[in-house]
Amino acid sequence: MNRWLLWLPLALFGLLFATFATGLILPKDNIIESKMVGKPMPDFALPAAIEQRPGLSSADLAKGKPTLLNIFASWCLPCIAEAPQLLALQQAGVEINAIASRDTPEDIANFLNRWGNPYARIGTDTTSKVQLELGSSGVPETFVIDGNGIIVHQHIGDIRQEDVDMLLKLLEDAE
Amino acid sequence: MIAETGLIALWLAAALALLQFALGAIGLRMGRDDYYAAIRPVAVAQGLFVSLSFLLLIWLFLRSDMSVKLVVMNSASVKPLLYKFAGTWGNHEGSMLLWVTVMGLAGAFIALFERSLRTSTLVATLAAQAFISLGFYAFLLVSSNPFERMFPVPADGQGLNPLLQDPGLAFHPPTLYFGYVGLSVAFSFAVGAMITRDVGAAFAKAMRPWVLGAWIFLTLGITAGSYWAYYELGWGGWWFWDPVENASLMPWLAATALLHSVTVLATRDSLRAWTLMLAVVAFSMSMIGTFLVRSGILTSVHAFAVDPERGSFILALLALYIGGAMALFALRVGTVKEGKRFELVSREGALVANNLLLSVILALVFIGTLYPLLVEAVTGDKLSVGPPYFNLATGPLALLLVAVMAAGPLLRWRRDNAKALLNRISIPILLTAATLFVLVLFTTGMSILALLGLALAVGVAIASFAPLWKRNLRRTPLHIYGMVFAHFGIAVALVGMACESSFTEEKLVAAKPGDEIVVNNWRLQFEAIEPMAGPNWTALESRMTAQYGDGVIHEITPQNRMFAAAQTQTSEAALLTRWNGQLYVVLGEGDSEGRWQIRVWWKPFVTLIWFGGILVALGGFLAMIGRLQRGYKQRKQREYAEMML
Repeated sequence: MNRWLLWLPLALFGLLFATFATGLILPKDNIIESKMVGKPMPDFALPAAIEQRPGLSSADLAKGKPTLLNIFASWCLPCIAEAPQLLALQQAGVEINAIASRDTPEDIANFLNRWGNPYARIGTDTTSKVQLELGSSGVPETFVIDGNGIIVHQHIGDIRQEDVDMLLKLLEDAE
Repeated sequence: MIAETGLIALWLAAALALLQFALGAIGLRMGRDDYYAAIRPVAVAQGLFVSLSFLLLIWLFLRSDMSVKLVVMNSASVKPLLYKFAGTWGNHEGSMLLWVTVMGLAGAFIALFERSLRTSTLVATLAAQAFISLGFYAFLLVSSNPFERMFPVPADGQGLNPLLQDPGLAFHPPTLYFGYVGLSVAFSFAVGAMITRDVGAAFAKAMRPWVLGAWIFLTLGITAGSYWAYYELGWGGWWFWDPVENASLMPWLAATALLHSVTVLATRDSLRAWTLMLAVVAFSMSMIGTFLVRSGILTSVHAFAVDPERGSFILALLALYIGGAMALFALRVGTVKEGKRFELVSREGALVANNLLLSVILALVFIGTLYPLLVEAVTGDKLSVGPPYFNLATGPLALLLVAVMAAGPLLRWRRDNAKALLNRISIPILLTAATLFVLVLFTTGMSILALLGLALAVGVAIASFAPLWKRNLRRTPLHIYGMVFAHFGIAVALVGMACESSFTEEKLVAAKPGDEIVVNNWRLQFEAIEPMAGPNWTALESRMTAQYGDGVIHEITPQNRMFAAAQTQTSEAALLTRWNGQLYVVLGEGDSEGRWQIRVWWKPFVTLIWFGGILVALGGFLAMIGRLQRGYKQRKQREYAEMML
């Protein structure tokens, strides 16, 4: 056997050691930046989800004022948990639009009657097509959109009490 | 005072380990026999002191001594006694102390009972063992003192991670640790043999019980861990290719390869360099596994207390031990004489095939586990490698390995011919073909891997008993029975895996009390949801009855458990085991209208997976007893012969 071949395990181990050391030294951040941040809204026009509110199209999200876009569903439990925070944001003067994912008009109406309706417009996305185009894989998710329809931030999961200020600040910065 | 005594005992043990290493190193360099003689009692004393230290830590946990930081962080006075006990090693410091304790005891055991190895090799082995222990002592004493006090003394502790509050899991980590330590002993033997260039049958025979023991514990540990993940996580799967699971699988794969190659070395004096390398790799895998789990550089569903400083420490030890051993390998193996040669078609040939396949599988799992880390180090991207890669990459090779496993034991050592083998194995081959035929004809939707797996398993189950064919069963050595059981266990587990993946029926419903759920032959009646309280948790429990066909009506109670101390929720699945499978019921979230998510699986023959694992371990145990008995007898005979001379 070639004598040099015997050093191969040690060399491989050296490579492994380098990988481990880099892994330890690299700062650990588990936040994955959304690929959608900085991109414009995809084109869409969704019909109204309930009678009391108009439907939602991408043009509605580029009217010069920053807005929130909330993706929710009546069958989603965390959406109930975030309802008070959304109402608080609305009371703070934020325009919140919504996409209802895979839902029926009756269920949406029931949900909003029970937990409050902070939304200006609600589009119904029965096949999740728009949701997927937005790079959203679950409910609830909330997008911060500036006045030109560019996505500034994607919030995955329910909005907790401690997230409200952060969202307000993002909206302010987007002005 | 108990904590201080424990710490003193730990310091003394560390000092003894240093002495043990120094005696060995200086003794070997100067060839001093008196140093050789002194190393045995030192090793025994080290084992005793470190055990004392560990026992005192257990005592602190049992007393719920809340002035000790470790107890505060990992225990609570309301905890059941069993978990107070298990809490001792359910944390970083305690588990490191357990590790070094088992290592110390292993060293003492070798010092007391190992008589057949050349003295210089034994001394080198004990010195290597002490060197490894020293790293862990330093780790404990410098950065993870388990006996640290806490002021002011809090009223109560913070409790143990609720997922770990399970009788099965209380003993899962120590089982794996025994396995890891066993491999560290094998590693020490390999290093010792490389230092004295004494690689031969005697070395292999001295190392084999430790490899076998480690392998038994690893097998049991993985089996228990898999069953725990299956019923505790509530996801219905039994293996998730999670980094922490892989971290326990990789040492097992290496140990399995080592176990077979060491047998070739012991019996035929072949595969010398390869066996040494495997011994180094097997221990490397347990160290790397420990590093991955403890440093937190890979993300996993298993949450461990993660600390980069500890990660750096383990990495430094890793570099020292493994890098050192591999450098020693490169320097010395060239001078180790080549072992005996053999033909391709022979028992050795089959065992080499076993070793190569296991090594490739190990490499594939290793790459899959570390690939995300490598990519992140080079490009900064985050990604994960999922089950599809692992199943696809390792599945076919594993089946090939199982096929070799059926043929190997039927081959003769040194030289055999392929035709004779085909004759011997014709019945299992026919059975496999027949099963395949029946399955293709009467089932639909089975994946190719599962189809082949099930067919192969049937043939292998029969073939595994073939080594007993035409033998006098009462005179057959115990280790042959061990092999038969272990191989049969693999076939049994394979049947379980194939059936689970092919025939599982699943149903997810939103049900109200009073509803009926039907899955396969099971009828479940959802009766009520009730709050429950345990010693340190509260739960929502759903009361259900389950009936298989017209059989007995069973009461089952899946729960959603909330642990008071840690604010964590776990799902307690309800399981009903029949001879032909398991019913698995999970209670999910409720909605505003009184409906509850209920997930029901019927998993035919799933229990065979773990039953097979236990059979494999049992086979290892039989082989161990057989080997030890035989070694003892041979030594007695030799001593007798020497006396007569």
